[in-house]
Amino acid sequence: MSSETKQILTTDGIPLEVSLKKAEKKNKIKAFLLVAPLLLFLFITYVFPIGEMFTRSVDDRMVTNMLPKTFEAMEKWDGKELPPEEVFAGFYSDFKVLVENQTQGKLGQRLNKEKNGFNSIIKKLMRQIKRNKIDESQSIKEQIMKVHKRWRDVEYWQAIKRTAPPYTMAKYLKGMDMYFAADGSIAQVDEDRRIHRILWLRTLEIALFVTIFCFLMGYPIAHLLATLPMKYSNLLMICVLLPFWTSLLVRTASWMILLQQQGVVNDFFVLIGLVADNNRPEMMYNKVGTYVAMTQILLPFMVLPLYSVMKTISPSLMRAGKSLGGTPFVAFWKVYFPLTIPGIGAGCLLVFILAIGYYITPALVGGASGTLISNQIAYHMKSTLDWSFASAMGLMLLSGVLVIYWIYNKLVGVDNIKLG
Amino acid sequence: MALPSYTETRYRIWHYFYVAICTFVFFFLIAPLFVIFPLSFNAEEFLVFSEGMKRLDPDAFSFRWYHEMVYGTKNPWGLAAKNSFIIAIFATIGSIILGTLAALGLSSRHMPYKGLIMAVLISPMIVPLIISGVAIFFFMAKVGLAATHTGIVLAHIILGTPFVVITVTATLSGFDHSVTRAASSLGSNPVNTFMKITLPLILPGVISGGLFAFVTSFDEVVVVLFLAGLENTTIPVQMWTGLREQLSPTILAVATCLIILSTLILVTAELLRRRSERLRGINR
Repeated sequence: MSSETKQILTTDGIPLEVSLKKAEKKNKIKAFLLVAPLLLFLFITYVFPIGEMFTRSVDDRMVTNMLPKTFEAMEKWDGKELPPEEVFAGFYSDFKVLVENQTQGKLGQRLNKEKNGFNSIIKKLMRQIKRNKIDESQSIKEQIMKVHKRWRDVEYWQAIKRTAPPYTMAKYLKGMDMYFAADGSIAQVDEDRRIHRILWLRTLEIALFVTIFCFLMGYPIAHLLATLPMKYSNLLMICVLLPFWTSLLVRTASWMILLQQQGVVNDFFVLIGLVADNNRPEMMYNKVGTYVAMTQILLPFMVLPLYSVMKTISPSLMRAGKSLGGTPFVAFWKVYFPLTIPGIGAGCLLVFILAIGYYITPALVGGASGTLISNQIAYHMKSTLDWSFASAMGLMLLSGVLVIYWIYNKLVGVDNIKLG
Repeated sequence: MALPSYTETRYRIWHYFYVAICTFVFFFLIAPLFVIFPLSFNAEEFLVFSEGMKRLDPDAFSFRWYHEMVYGTKNPWGLAAKNSFIIAIFATIGSIILGTLAALGLSSRHMPYKGLIMAVLISPMIVPLIISGVAIFFFMAKVGLAATHTGIVLAHIILGTPFVVITVTATLSGFDHSVTRAASSLGSNPVNTFMKITLPLILPGVISGGLFAFVTSFDEVVVVLFLAGLENTTIPVQMWTGLREQLSPTILAVATCLIILSTLILVTAELLRRRSERLRGINR
């Protein structure tokens, strides 16, 4: 607008532009206030706790807090030869406090993870201190070194120094079967102990194959549902929606009954002579069980988005394709299929996201060879109580999921998720 | 799907192949649910079809496990069912209130950062449950709500709101905003307008979102496993323990009841969806 045009005024004498902006701002605030309660609630109970998982996963302040004087003295130590007297003295006074509070055991456990053999020499030193064997007027370095030969080994002091920083990425490395070696470099775990990498790969593999199976099975029936007359398709839609609304545990239970060795599926295989009665295959507690059950459970999430896209494709397009000389296959491939790609993207991404974090079904029918990364997280939360490691693994999984979610949001838009 | 008479043989074969595939997939989807029905009437203690059942011998069937489910000694199902319903009802109410308000805000064209906020609000549906479980557990333990009904209800509100937000936003997308403006111009205050005009129109969306929230809470086990103490056990938790430890046919009796419940919910949801589609059709 050029300044020469006369400003339009509202009845109150305020320029229209200002008045409009004011109203706009008011509306913005109104809209935001409606969303605010949920947003605030989610931030407090959900988003921040996930952030807290991160602090927990990198937190390594335990030793830092236990040995403050030691680390202060260690700042001057180059870490190549045995530390000087001050470090020993600092360590001695820190350790005395721990012995008084009877918390030296935790230090021993933590340091033992850093370097094997720490637990026993910590205990030995503790006993010496309790018996007042250490004379504080003499060189503490000499006396500690006499307690056990490992206290004379520089590697053990290097291990203590490594625990100095309050934050560590060690849990993330552990999640990828790597660790900090003695010299601070990143090293690989021995080949036969790389359990986590196997789990990550297996999770990806199962999620990928479940997505493919769901696509292969979901595409034909979505097409059928979209092309059949309403009265038939509504009836068949129930076959898709009933499992969708049924409890996950009920569906898993039914697969456990079907797939067990004396189960219906095996009975059927015996009946048609596929397997011998005394040689029934194990179909549960392995990957097969996980694949079959997860495919059935996630199939509705593939069918529904595909169906809603296919429903919008006019049947006359296929007819046009055929009338222009295409065979039905060509018409399908060149006309119909490209139009369904948005639905394929939505369905596949949704199924993949859900499959990659699946927990209940693999835990029940997966056995040892069919469990996923989620089961490992639950195991560390409940059994080993290594919550920081569980948090680290969880966040590694989450970052993967968020990347796919971001792609999904770009391609499909979260507000386009179709439910039922 | 009858084929025209001029169809070539190879397309005819392909068509029957296609129908066969579809039949198989529908069977694969629905059949597992039906294996539970007959087995829950098994007179024996095993989860396999006994010889008697295969011969349809009436003695092989009984209501034993239903009796066990309701009157069994030291049985957890009564408490679990009570807890499940209480938690699911409160979680649904909470999800509906928070979700509907948020959806109203999100549907306003004045809403700033719409995409980003929507992505955050939907995230509990996308983030793997195990991660949500860990995070919510840390929070509830910190504020002292672990192993309480309140804690579980709050957790289920988190998981349930995305569904309400999605369904209500979808309903509002076909909503004619001029009716609310008309109400305002006739002197109605915003609350009155919402109660008398907006809410009745978006009610199908609100209820179907509420059904999703209810089912999510009623079926949720991962987060509850982290949060629940012995007092807060729910039906899914009991089923989970049962399936892991001793497989008793009582579980199948419970599962049958759950299938009936989900059928009822499905019918309600379908009727609502059709009603809302019809309404939106009129608006267009």
